Amino acid sequence: ETNKLYCTSVKCCIFELKAELNSDKKEKKKEAVKKVIASMTVGKDVSALFPDVVNCMQTDNLELKKLVYLYLMNYAKSQPDMAIMAVNTFVKDCEDPNPLIRALAVRTMGCIRVDKITEYLCEPLRKCLKDEDPYVRKTAAVCVAKLHDINAQLVEDQGFLDTLKDLISDSNPMVVANAVAALSEISESHPNCNLLDLNPQSINKLLTALNECTEWGQIFILDCLANYTPRDDRESQSICERVTPRLSHANSAVVLSAVKVLMKFMEMLPKDLDYYGTLLKKLAPPLVTLLSAEPELQYVALRNINLIVQKRPEILKHEMKVFFVKYNDPIYVKLEKLDIMIRLASQANIAQVLAELKEYATEVDVDFVRKAVRAIGRCAIKVEQSAERCVSTLLDLIQTKVNYVVQEAIVVIKDIFRKYPNKYESVIATLCENLDSLDEPEARAAMIWIVGEYAERIDNADELLESFLEGFHDESTQVTTQQNTQVLHKHTQNTPDSDNPDLRDRGYIYWRLLSTDPVAAKEVVLAEKPLISEETDLIEPTLLEELICHIGSLASVYHKPPNAFVEGSRGVQHKRLPARTASGESAESPDAGQSVGGVSDAPPAVIPSQGDLLGDLLNLDLAPPSASVPVVPASMQMGVDLLGGGLDSLIAVGLAGGTGGMPAGLGGTPAMGGGLGDLFDLGGGVGMATGSYVPPKAVWLPAMKAKGLEISGTFARRGGGIHMDLSLTNNAMSIMTDFAIQFNRNSFGLAPAGPLQVLTPLAQNQTIDVSLPLNTNGPIMKMEPLNNLQVAVKNNIDVFYFSCQYPISLLFVEDGKMDRQVFLATWKDIPSENETQYQIKDFHLNSDAASTKLQGSNVFTVAKRTVDAQDLLYQSIKLTNGIWALAELRIQSITPNYMTRLRTRASLSLSASLWVQFAMLYDCGFLEGLDHFVVFP
Amino acid sequence: MGIAGEQKQQMGRASTFIYEWNFKNPFFFSSNEVLICRNYKGDVDMSEIDHFLPLLTQQEEEGLTCPVISHGNVHFMWIKHSNLYLVATTNKNSNASLVYSFLYKLVEVFTEYFKELEEESIQDNFVVVYELLDELMDFGFPQTTDSKILQEYITQEGNKLEVAKTKVPTTVTNAVSWRSEGIKYKKNEVFIDVIESINVLVNANGNVMSSDIVGSIKLKTMLSGMPELRLGLNDRVLFALTGRDKGKTVAMEDVKFHQCVRLSRFESDRTISFIPPDGESELMSYRINTHVKPLIWIESVIEKFSHSRVEIMVKAKGQFKKQSVANNVEVRVPVPSDADSPKFKTSTGHAKYVPEKNLVVWTIKSFPGGKEFLMRAHFGLPSVENDEAEGKPPITVKFEIPYFTVSGIQVRYMKIIEKSGYQALPWVRYITQSGDYQLRTNT
Repeated sequence: ETNKLYCTSVKCCIFELKAELNSDKKEKKKEAVKKVIASMTVGKDVSALFPDVVNCMQTDNLELKKLVYLYLMNYAKSQPDMAIMAVNTFVKDCEDPNPLIRALAVRTMGCIRVDKITEYLCEPLRKCLKDEDPYVRKTAAVCVAKLHDINAQLVEDQGFLDTLKDLISDSNPMVVANAVAALSEISESHPNCNLLDLNPQSINKLLTALNECTEWGQIFILDCLANYTPRDDRESQSICERVTPRLSHANSAVVLSAVKVLMKFMEMLPKDLDYYGTLLKKLAPPLVTLLSAEPELQYVALRNINLIVQKRPEILKHEMKVFFVKYNDPIYVKLEKLDIMIRLASQANIAQVLAELKEYATEVDVDFVRKAVRAIGRCAIKVEQSAERCVSTLLDLIQTKVNYVVQEAIVVIKDIFRKYPNKYESVIATLCENLDSLDEPEARAAMIWIVGEYAERIDNADELLESFLEGFHDESTQVTTQQNTQVLHKHTQNTPDSDNPDLRDRGYIYWRLLSTDPVAAKEVVLAEKPLISEETDLIEPTLLEELICHIGSLASVYHKPPNAFVEGSRGVQHKRLPARTASGESAESPDAGQSVGGVSDAPPAVIPSQGDLLGDLLNLDLAPPSASVPVVPASMQMGVDLLGGGLDSLIAVGLAGGTGGMPAGLGGTPAMGGGLGDLFDLGGGVGMATGSYVPPKAVWLPAMKAKGLEISGTFARRGGGIHMDLSLTNNAMSIMTDFAIQFNRNSFGLAPAGPLQVLTPLAQNQTIDVSLPLNTNGPIMKMEPLNNLQVAVKNNIDVFYFSCQYPISLLFVEDGKMDRQVFLATWKDIPSENETQYQIKDFHLNSDAASTKLQGSNVFTVAKRTVDAQDLLYQSIKLTNGIWALAELRIQSITPNYMTRLRTRASLSLSASLWVQFAMLYDCGFLEGLDHFVVFP
Repeated sequence: MGIAGEQKQQMGRASTFIYEWNFKNPFFFSSNEVLICRNYKGDVDMSEIDHFLPLLTQQEEEGLTCPVISHGNVHFMWIKHSNLYLVATTNKNSNASLVYSFLYKLVEVFTEYFKELEEESIQDNFVVVYELLDELMDFGFPQTTDSKILQEYITQEGNKLEVAKTKVPTTVTNAVSWRSEGIKYKKNEVFIDVIESINVLVNANGNVMSSDIVGSIKLKTMLSGMPELRLGLNDRVLFALTGRDKGKTVAMEDVKFHQCVRLSRFESDRTISFIPPDGESELMSYRINTHVKPLIWIESVIEKFSHSRVEIMVKAKGQFKKQSVANNVEVRVPVPSDADSPKFKTSTGHAKYVPEKNLVVWTIKSFPGGKEFLMRAHFGLPSVENDEAEGKPPITVKFEIPYFTVSGIQVRYMKIIEKSGYQALPWVRYITQSGDYQLRTNT
């Protein structure tokens, strides 16, 4: 019967419902409300019935009351004035003798997000927080968090936060759990105030409640505990001891939250402590059991195990088998298992692992198969003793002639060659047989590399390379780079004249370079060999530590810090693992004495690619001397030395630069003087050395679209404030008055700081210039493009809408200069996927001039250093919303090109669009002749 | 966080949207695709769900689905139950494991309320569904999710139970949130089922790659009042703790308990003590890592002659005690999807071709230990072969062996103490069954 109701109600018209709602008969009323809710459920707009539904609110019938409340939650926001009508009933219901109704009222109240109403709800809420029934108290506790979300100030003023803190000592475990959850939620948006005020006493209370509350309450408490930092190793151990029983809980989420607390607090325990070993052993079984959970939970568990295996490989080193892939595993589980298998691969288990991987490589799921083939290559690189076996497995796979298997195999064999030079070249012949089937850039690039590298052992290397050159113009950059390098490579090795004119032509430029400066050429080409790291996708240590603190959360699933994907998480501190405070522990001796077989004893090291100068610099400077210094081949050594000096100069230059905001003209080298002057001229009066960039005024609203009103304008940052400079022109036949302006939600919350000041009526053909001060306190919504602003202007005639774009530099604040040490640490901290690189071409400005120029727009140079005729500027930018962006600007003195790398913690898409804006900033006023920029992958 | 159940068939419909200029709430969408939803926090626009299905479809086409899908700064975490999607949306760094646990809990609660969770049961009971969604979670925090307790104050026949519904069951907020007071039975009994599932993965060469036992102890409690129970098992750690050494013991690698079990007590002295939920429940589960001999061993020869035929020979051997009997044995052998004209020959039981699953299912009702049986199958193959590469599904086996546990686990005692002092009888049953039991083949 209800089903029919559900379906037909959509057709039922508002008018009929209205009549039924006002019926005298209770049953009819109730049925009508049901119909209304049914319509609402299927997405029909029944907001027109608001007063009629609210009239039904005063009823003894609980079911009917619930329905009306449900309706209220949905539509109150769109009918704020009418929602006031409901206030009285809320107040009354909060005093109902039935606790179910009291709780229902207090629960619903918080969901009505209407400012006007919230004030009236404070008194009822206060009573409910002290209610005798725990069911009402636990509901009221959550209501505080709801209210805080609507009006934080009100909640603080009313002292609700203190009441909430008191509830942590409530006699009822469910109330405690909800109070903890509410406080944690509130403190997330208030990182500064120490709301939870965790101390040994309150921790003790929480640990007691942990034993008594529901599974969900346990999760709230465990997640809250994870934010606490014990005073010493003893306290840490005692908390761990009381948390470990949770590992036996049937709910996977309880287990994972307990694992988080343990992984974090374990950090404080001395490794020679017996308990430390016990705890390590206790962690493995529950982690393995998580793999019997539902697939989605398995996925979360696997993503977390991936982190745990990187942080503490010893925990799961004997558990390889449980990660073997089953045929019916969903693809996302399969891929994650494979990843963990590679990480756990060791000499002890490699035979089994390889057999499995070979099995997977003959499956049909392309992505899975490719990853399996890649995994075989990783095994070879990780476990030296297995390399030969891996190579022969790969050759077997190449024999299958399955196209994508062959290509993938060739890519990984190249890596194996690089890791173990001159060892497996006997297989080259087999590889060469498959030349024709290679159609993927990566595989072609790999093959070219192999041919070039072993040119002297391949009789027809020239011919083979030539066959690749035929498609030169169609190749992707990846292949082209590899080709040129290898063609030249061959020359540097053999230096004979090639009889082939084609090849000779192609290699000509390189040949020239070779003959003029052979040493330099050798450096350029031969040193380009990228190094192979032991493991793929290793997460850098600081990020890994942060992610460990977020076990179980979305961050741990994405392997990204929360502020990379949660917008508006400004000012949120990065979570850190606690430092060890144990006394008498010998200084950092990572895992010494734990090298019994299995997983490699030293933590796996990432060998940075050579291009990452700053990365090296940071490794040298900030990382504590690690026991596992990666083996650095000769070609690398030179780079390191170079950087050793680079570090000093970075700091020295930085110190000098820090004292003076002196204009560039004084300190700049005169060599580039002419170009500098030109640029300043080009700036056109706006771009003074200290002023920020202001784009020329543009017409935003043409008169024909606005009944005669024409609006042009621009944006400027003056004296630390943001201004919208407008010119209003009246092209109409009558005077215009009553101007007002409003903005739509926008990416950075730009909003008028005051009314639009047009004091006198605007006469015919008159133009008036108005400067509207703006603030960034408005509502936020991401726009496309990011700097888009939708504006409504009203006058006595009509309302007009237009959209315009502001230069992103408008939002660069004056205190955006980051401390050098903080800069270094932050740069390192930001995952490299958050980095974007751009090349700015044809730019004739020396670094000092550029630096000053940019400083005018609050782009601050934190440090500068010079390496190999390249000036590197490290710059910081802070946006009004607290987002920092860090940039590295490389200026080559020979070629007029700028290379820039930008890193920001904001989400990838955001940082990309930010950077586009940033590049546009250059485009608009700073750099002459910039017509395009190049994005590097 | 919002929860949305969606039905796939309805998804094709284009959503209509109305745009209005409004400074507080710039967009209004209305769509009729979502079956039911509840916006718990109001921080994610409800129209965001419109992006979910297209993104999922896209992932499915690429063959790379993922339980988390993001669109802008909104993240969808979803599970699928029959033809319904249950989707949670968030724009925070939410606890993902909590979300999935909760979604599965939703399925459990709805299933217990409506028997089947499907489009129709949601539509038929939308009022109760709303009530439940309200009670199960508040502002993104899961609350009471025990369906037995919920049924005490949220009922499907709203009208009838007005009186009962005027009180919150104290159980909801009690430390013992899973059992109500005042339960009465004439005859006090507990039924204990010890069920062990064998998981085996055997590679094509006949080597056991991995195997384990997942055990589960289920209770059907029919006891009055608030009884205190203690379960005694032949747990190796317990025996070591108490210095006992007689009899066979079992080493449990990992143990998981229903929330009624006092975990800290177990941690300190391995005592399993609890106040049981009324009726049926899973008290605990455990995992044992010892290498198990696969109880039913399969040898297979599958020969594929391209463009002509497939010949299958399967030998099944019972590797368990002669006194025991495996019931309802099913050996499922994969065949190519384009196979036709099946012919079978079996030494016992019967074989059946299930073309929609590309399987031959060989059923043996009763399979005594130590015995060996044979099945031969012959299929024709078309002369024009299927282009699509096919996976290599393994042979899977299903069976049940009653009165027996592979691990040798035993219930030594179940002590039942209630303040009224009644006598209660515990009954124990043992059964071993196949879990994830896969044997890879060569073809």
